[in-house]
Amino acid sequence: MSGYWSGILAILAINIIFAYGIFVTATAGQLNLGGAGFMAIGAYGAAMLGEQLGWTPAWTVPAATLLTALIGMGIAFPVLRTRGVYMVLATFAFAQVVTGIILTQPALGGAMGLVVTEYVDLPVLLSCAAAVTLLVFWLTATRLGLAMRALHDDELVATLMGVPARAVQVAGFAIGGGLAGLAGALYAHHFSFVEAQYFSPLLSIYVLLFVLIGGTQTAWGPLVGATFFTIVPELLRIGGSWRYVVFGVMIVAMMMFRPEGMVTRTLLARLTGRRRHADAG
Amino acid sequence: MPDEALLTVAGIGKAFGGLSVVDDVSFTVPRGGRLGLIGPNGAGKTTVFNLISGVYPLDAGTITLDGQAIGTLPPRDRVLAGMARSFQNIRLMPHLSAVENVMLGQHARASGLGALLTPIGWMPRGRWRREAEALLAEAGLDIDPGDVVSSLPYGIRKKIEVVRALASRPKLLLLDEPAAGLNPAETAELARFLRRIADGGTALLVVEHDMGFVDEVCDRVVVLNFGKRIYEGSMAGARADALVREAYLGADAA
Ligand SMILES: Nc1ncnc2c1ncn2[C@@H]1O[C@H](COP(=O)(O)OP(=O)(O)OP(=O)(O)O)[C@@H](O)[C@H]1O
Ligand SMILES: [Mg+2]
Repeated sequence: MSGYWSGILAILAINIIFAYGIFVTATAGQLNLGGAGFMAIGAYGAAMLGEQLGWTPAWTVPAATLLTALIGMGIAFPVLRTRGVYMVLATFAFAQVVTGIILTQPALGGAMGLVVTEYVDLPVLLSCAAAVTLLVFWLTATRLGLAMRALHDDELVATLMGVPARAVQVAGFAIGGGLAGLAGALYAHHFSFVEAQYFSPLLSIYVLLFVLIGGTQTAWGPLVGATFFTIVPELLRIGGSWRYVVFGVMIVAMMMFRPEGMVTRTLLARLTGRRRHADAG
Repeated sequence: MPDEALLTVAGIGKAFGGLSVVDDVSFTVPRGGRLGLIGPNGAGKTTVFNLISGVYPLDAGTITLDGQAIGTLPPRDRVLAGMARSFQNIRLMPHLSAVENVMLGQHARASGLGALLTPIGWMPRGRWRREAEALLAEAGLDIDPGDVVSSLPYGIRKKIEVVRALASRPKLLLLDEPAAGLNPAETAELARFLRRIADGGTALLVVEHDMGFVDEVCDRVVVLNFGKRIYEGSMAGARADALVREAYLGADAA
């Protein structure tokens, strides 16, 4: 495999994990526009543990994931006090604070970034992406996953069915934050370098787009969305600068024609030959 | 024991922006009883449901379920205490399938991390899913349980709401206009189904405009008008009551 394609595969694996992080939170009805902040914490957490304490990736990656999950849990409490667009802005502000802190701390490399010595290779990234995919499919099939999807649809009614709304939403932020942190930790170890500029608002916007355009109704959505958004821009590269135009038009078209995302439950049902009643009626 | 009160509502009140919507309302539902709550549009029936289920805090009064004061508990704890409700406007989760909606109704019974982390989505033979499918079938719903509810017809969705509420195995079932929008055949079938539920020991509190339905399902009625209780007794008594006739039944009972 060429270095070019293995680089794209690595980004794909990281994007899939990252997208699942945003997806888990979104399943419970919360939009997280601070994805880059969580990913940055994972990346810098792993980098610092490796460089300062000499931990190997087998320890830095799980530790960074756990750290980000805990921060996701902590951040959930103030964020969940806000609603709608204010929640989106709160998560956005969180990410800005994270990158702001990184840029002002010489210990974190400031604007110069940090070199990460320990290397994690592509097969590990791909295995992690596969494991996270399975984990999220499992999660959505559990009662916790059902409670999350119910909260997404109707918080009041879910509560009246006995769902502890706040606890489930906090769990959504914790799991989602942890996965974004995992994506960051793997990124740091694979690309051997982290800099605050990479974890920009644009990254948060992109990953949210992966998830929303892929579809939040099923665990297939982020997989399809992340793959689409990672591969298609590369394929469009042959078109030169026009690719931005083509890509932008594709995004708008998808929002218009598939507002619930590319993969919806009705689409899956049709693919697997279900919906006999709807078809008969 | 049969006459012992399951639900006691005592002097409850609610005002919105200074306007009193429920005013000093009291009634009881005996264990296994079937009480109708009727009254003209805007009388405050749905608000009474919202007060009992904890959607709104009480301004006055107390609510007791099975000996436990629940009037100040959060909604979830009231569900755990043994009540479940349906909604006047269908409020199923549109993105979930029929059986998932019913499994959501089981939530109050599935506490603990183990229950939360057990997959119920796959595994068609899993206990929770089997039970939910059986409940749908028992209600006479001839549907594919995996159908997403937004694709199902109105009458079926209306019934799934009742089944979802039943899935928590409540001692008390609150139904807000369960027959609204159903055709006569569907209404009659729903009435028979609710009788069976009541015979199984579940107490019913039913808001409904269809008087024939109330007559068939309930053994007693409370009539509200402008937020006040104006009658409590038998349906026949309600039809004969001057105040009730004036407030509500007047037009079609005369
Ligand atoms: N959240 C609220 N805020 C303000 N007013 C409300 C609220 N909920 C209900 N009301 C008012 O309270 C009164 C009673 O409403 P409610 O829905 O309880 O009546 P109802 O008896 O269920 O009527 P219907 O038969 O039409 O369903 C109405 O005038 C309604 O406008
Ligand atoms: Mg009403």
